[in-house]
Amino acid sequence: MSDTLIKTIFGRLTLESFPIHEPIVLATFVVVALGGVALLLALTYFKLWGYLWKEWFTSVDHKKIGIMYMVLGLVMLLRGFADAIMMRLQQAMAFGANEGYLNAHHFDQIFTAHGVIMIFFVAMPFVTGLMNYVVPLQIGARDVSFPFLNNFSFWMTAAGAVIVMASLFVGEFARTGWLAMAPLSGLDYSPDVGVDYYIWALQVAGVGTLLSGVNLLATIVKMRAPGMTMMKMPVFTWSALVTNVLIVAAFPVLTAVLAMLSLDRYVGTNFFTNTGGGNPMMYVNMIWIWGHPEVYILILPAFGIFSEVVSTFSGKRLFGYTSMIYALIVICILAYLVWLHHFFTMGSGASVNSFFGITTMIISIPTGAKIFNWLFTMYKGRIRFELPMMWSIAFMLTFVIGGMTGVLLAVPPADFVLHNSLFLIAHFHNVIIGGVLFGLFAGINYWWPKAFGFKLDKKWGLVSFWCWVVGFWVAFTPLYILGLMGVTRRLRHFDDPSLQIWFIIAGIGAAIIAVGIAAFLIQIFVSVRNREQLRDFTGDPWDGRSLEWATSSPPPEYNFAFTPVIHDLDAWYDMKSREAARPTTGFRDIHMPKSTGAGVILAGLSAVIAMAMIWYIWWLAILGFVGLLVVAIGHTFNYDRDFHIPAEEVTRVENLRTQALAARG
Amino acid sequence: MATTMTETTPPGTEAPAFWDLDPHEHPPGASTMLGFWLYLMSDCLIFAMLFAAWGVYGAAYAGGPTPKELFDLKLVAVNTAMLLLSSITYGFAMISSDEKRQGAVLGWLAATGLFGAAFLAIELYEFSHLLHEGAGPQRSAFLSAFFTLVGTHGLHVTFGLIWLVTLMVQVARRGLEPANLRRLQCLSLFWHFLDVIWIGVFTFVYLLGVMR
Amino acid sequence: MSRLSRITPFVALPLLGGCNTVVMNPAGDVARQQADLILWSTGLMLLIIVPVMILTVLFAWRYRASNKDAEYLPDWDHSTGLELIIWSAPLLIIIALGALTWVATHTLDPYRPISRLAPGKAVPANQRPLEVQVVSLDWKWLFIYPEQGIATVNELVVPANRQVRFRLTSSSVMNTFYVPAMAGMIYTMAGMETKLHAVLNRTGQFGGMSANYSGAGFSYMNFTTHSVDQAGFDRWVDGVRGSGLQLRRDEYLKLEKPSEKVPVIRFSAVESGLFDRIVQLCAHPGETCMGATMAHDGHQPGSHPPVNDRAPRAGEPKGALLKDPGEKGSSPHVTAPHGQPHGNREPGNDSNRNMTRLELPALPGTARAAQG
Repeated sequence: MSDTLIKTIFGRLTLESFPIHEPIVLATFVVVALGGVALLLALTYFKLWGYLWKEWFTSVDHKKIGIMYMVLGLVMLLRGFADAIMMRLQQAMAFGANEGYLNAHHFDQIFTAHGVIMIFFVAMPFVTGLMNYVVPLQIGARDVSFPFLNNFSFWMTAAGAVIVMASLFVGEFARTGWLAMAPLSGLDYSPDVGVDYYIWALQVAGVGTLLSGVNLLATIVKMRAPGMTMMKMPVFTWSALVTNVLIVAAFPVLTAVLAMLSLDRYVGTNFFTNTGGGNPMMYVNMIWIWGHPEVYILILPAFGIFSEVVSTFSGKRLFGYTSMIYALIVICILAYLVWLHHFFTMGSGASVNSFFGITTMIISIPTGAKIFNWLFTMYKGRIRFELPMMWSIAFMLTFVIGGMTGVLLAVPPADFVLHNSLFLIAHFHNVIIGGVLFGLFAGINYWWPKAFGFKLDKKWGLVSFWCWVVGFWVAFTPLYILGLMGVTRRLRHFDDPSLQIWFIIAGIGAAIIAVGIAAFLIQIFVSVRNREQLRDFTGDPWDGRSLEWATSSPPPEYNFAFTPVIHDLDAWYDMKSREAARPTTGFRDIHMPKSTGAGVILAGLSAVIAMAMIWYIWWLAILGFVGLLVVAIGHTFNYDRDFHIPAEEVTRVENLRTQALAARG
Repeated sequence: MATTMTETTPPGTEAPAFWDLDPHEHPPGASTMLGFWLYLMSDCLIFAMLFAAWGVYGAAYAGGPTPKELFDLKLVAVNTAMLLLSSITYGFAMISSDEKRQGAVLGWLAATGLFGAAFLAIELYEFSHLLHEGAGPQRSAFLSAFFTLVGTHGLHVTFGLIWLVTLMVQVARRGLEPANLRRLQCLSLFWHFLDVIWIGVFTFVYLLGVMR
Repeated sequence: MSRLSRITPFVALPLLGGCNTVVMNPAGDVARQQADLILWSTGLMLLIIVPVMILTVLFAWRYRASNKDAEYLPDWDHSTGLELIIWSAPLLIIIALGALTWVATHTLDPYRPISRLAPGKAVPANQRPLEVQVVSLDWKWLFIYPEQGIATVNELVVPANRQVRFRLTSSSVMNTFYVPAMAGMIYTMAGMETKLHAVLNRTGQFGGMSANYSGAGFSYMNFTTHSVDQAGFDRWVDGVRGSGLQLRRDEYLKLEKPSEKVPVIRFSAVESGLFDRIVQLCAHPGETCMGATMAHDGHQPGSHPPVNDRAPRAGEPKGALLKDPGEKGSSPHVTAPHGQPHGNREPGNDSNRNMTRLELPALPGTARAAQG
């Protein structure tokens, strides 16, 4: 075959694109491949394919989709954390004559992948998953507004994750840092597939994120139970509302800026090039106009979780509900007015820098108010130190430090010496781990019994908790100190041997966190094994306050046999204290959406198109696109999208619950 | 908002109703218009970024041709007329759909499609002309921003046309049933949205570009 | 702000006592003021952070479920007075910090000439700042001293207690110029010029680096800053002038190619206007300077010959969709560099900037002895 033909068929994909001479990657590849094959064989052997396809992959049930998001986040957490460990090891080794074990080509991919994966494919799926699972239950709805779209959104996110994972074994990932700053990410300086992987993974996942944002917004606005006015909405739902406003108003910016970058790379336009009238500073501005709201997209749901948890485990109404809500809204608006604080050192004038510095500081006022509100929710409460509450208190103690260093970085002259330093790294890990991740763990421990019908094991949960908290401080305190010693980020080798001890301590911290992650996995395993002892019969294991605790654990497919009517903010607490009887007769047919495989197929085709574009296989991209159009159009010809759960079935399920409740007295 | 508000008694008096025992259904598509508006607003933001890019790069000719040398305002005026006419005909299609006249709806939709296709054809002609003159998107940041903004709009119109044809088939096959009426409304929003965007393009890109 | 340093022990974190925190203990007056600002801001914020942390622990302990003595008010969820404090306490602190920020950002603006050499020591009226032109190359630093007519690579020598005006640019991607002991950092960007004014108050050697990731050789993009007295500076200039190497455009174009771990190079003479050509992206022969392009853009259309027929520049990368199959290249899975061994800067080429270890591009008579 002629070279032209081969290039036409395979694009720039060659045998060399596979890791044939890279021992570390090859070993990983073999392990992953064997694990994958074993998993596929096991699924086939136990005949689980049909079950998975019917009950999970094609399901439009928000609860199942929520759980699938969480699984995706957990799997990607392991990958992202493996990257973190590799970086810590390299930086602990590479001093003076020792070059460490990773060369620049490899190390640069790892820190890029770590950032991309942790933000887009760990934090985002976790946050979206929790919102997906909890919000419809909290507002007394049976599903989200657009159930099919929900399924499609999940699979697009998953397809993005698959694209990133493919870069591990076919070709390489970007060597640019997690925001792929131009002009480094342009065709001139990064001609290989890395940046293309980055662009397409984010674009595909971005579609999912945006649509899920639209979906949850419509759900919260349109699907609330009767009586639930805006100011009677649970705080977590409020935080989800504000978060999704941020998503819908921020992700198009990312889509646009990445589209322009890909035009630079695929068409040869001059948006972010040094020459031809292009301007790389435009890229920096635009990506941060998305990037800063993204930070709040991650942290606001965590704030919502803490509000629910602190109120529940203090056995008290949330202190300052109204001021909590206004704080959320103020943060949402200010999130768009601070992006320039990420590049004070680019040389904008003093007045511009001061403006963005001060708007950044102003965000700390509503955030501070929220901390105080949690504090006074605890005041004169009856605090039960269950796992979610412990995560919340650890959060309050950790996050304030991260907030303080954040305000410090918002002072432009201080930022001039701390920007791009390890102090900055320590700061954003302090808020992302200490805020988002602690919140997610609080949320997972809090809502797990709702999702699966049994609590998580407390002993292993405590091991995980203490390892995470201690590990976090051991890993990142040295980074704060190193930042003050003038050490900057993304370095794979150091000359000054006196720094090494700090990197070794940080490495130990990362190892402690690794134990925390392992303990979390063991916690899940042990809890599944001991599920009968940990069983929650009532549906309300924590003496909860909001509506999700009013139904069984796990909830039936239809969430609520009858739609609840809301009279108070803490709707379920209100029902309990006024002894509202659960109706046990008179059930009716329930109207529900049908499962569909269209989402999986559309997302799969998107991944194919993305891979074809990355590798310059134009014919496959065209074919995939035509396929995508055909499937999408075909899907619109399917008008038969819902069905009714017959009243007898509802009666049967509800009678079981009646009996279970009666048996517990 | 909740569809049925159950009147509640003040707390402390009689126990109010906590469960809505009547069938409580959100009719299919109740959130569709809101959801579609939200989507349009996000799309609007994409255009906002492209307009911002035009604002930054609009005068970055990089030694290349300028709008005055390139743009043919008469052609663009004809093009604008095509799109505006297509919006009007879509309006008539909506009026006919209110009157449940299926044949008229299909006719007006077809007219809309023809005007839309004419718009696209003129735009493609303009692009090919520019490329022929060596003023492609690679030439300068000004042309990059121009092709991207106008091209993205054109791409939207293309998808609008595909959607339009699909919907015509669906209306022809299933009539003006609720789901199809909903779709007609969504496409209507989409089509008028593209019209509004085009007015922005015409003003900021072509008119102000030539005056620069 | 001169009194700030005296209260340093009051807020300094005892933790840091043992290590060389150059950011908090710098050698230049600008960085000194920045460090003081960090301490002041931290102190201000601790006013609220410390009570919150204490209260968190206190409330968590006092109102634990097992403590039945503690008061329990399950329905207490509002207090206007408390809300007022909750919102106004952070507000007051932010007002104070905001005022501090506004003033400090303006006084410490890197574009603004410094107003003093050290606390209480104004810049002498007759002292002209020393101008140093800085170019970040892949992956080394070029320092041009226009008044002295010399240039160095990866070695910055400045006289102590004299204001230095840095004019900075980049030959390719963004970097950040950072000498922690002297002043804060500032980006270097191709086709643009940024400025930084600073002074070093002590003599000695200080580390400098790029703080913004710029590619494979980034980790070694370091240089040493020597702060010397005026006599030492003059001696050093004389020494460089005797090195015999010249930096003309040809040499610059060789130097500009990617390389890493580059030892110190000293040039006794520099082609005049080289820095401006680099800023204007016309150091390569045949490239039009940005100034000329912009002048053309400003002309009345039609008054100048059409420029629409520009042929692509040699080596200009083609967008992927415009490539012939043969031009697609291959993207190997590499964690070690492949392709051409070194010096390739052909834009868009697969092996472009693909390297980890490289020897110097051959410069005529490079004095190896010069390396630091």
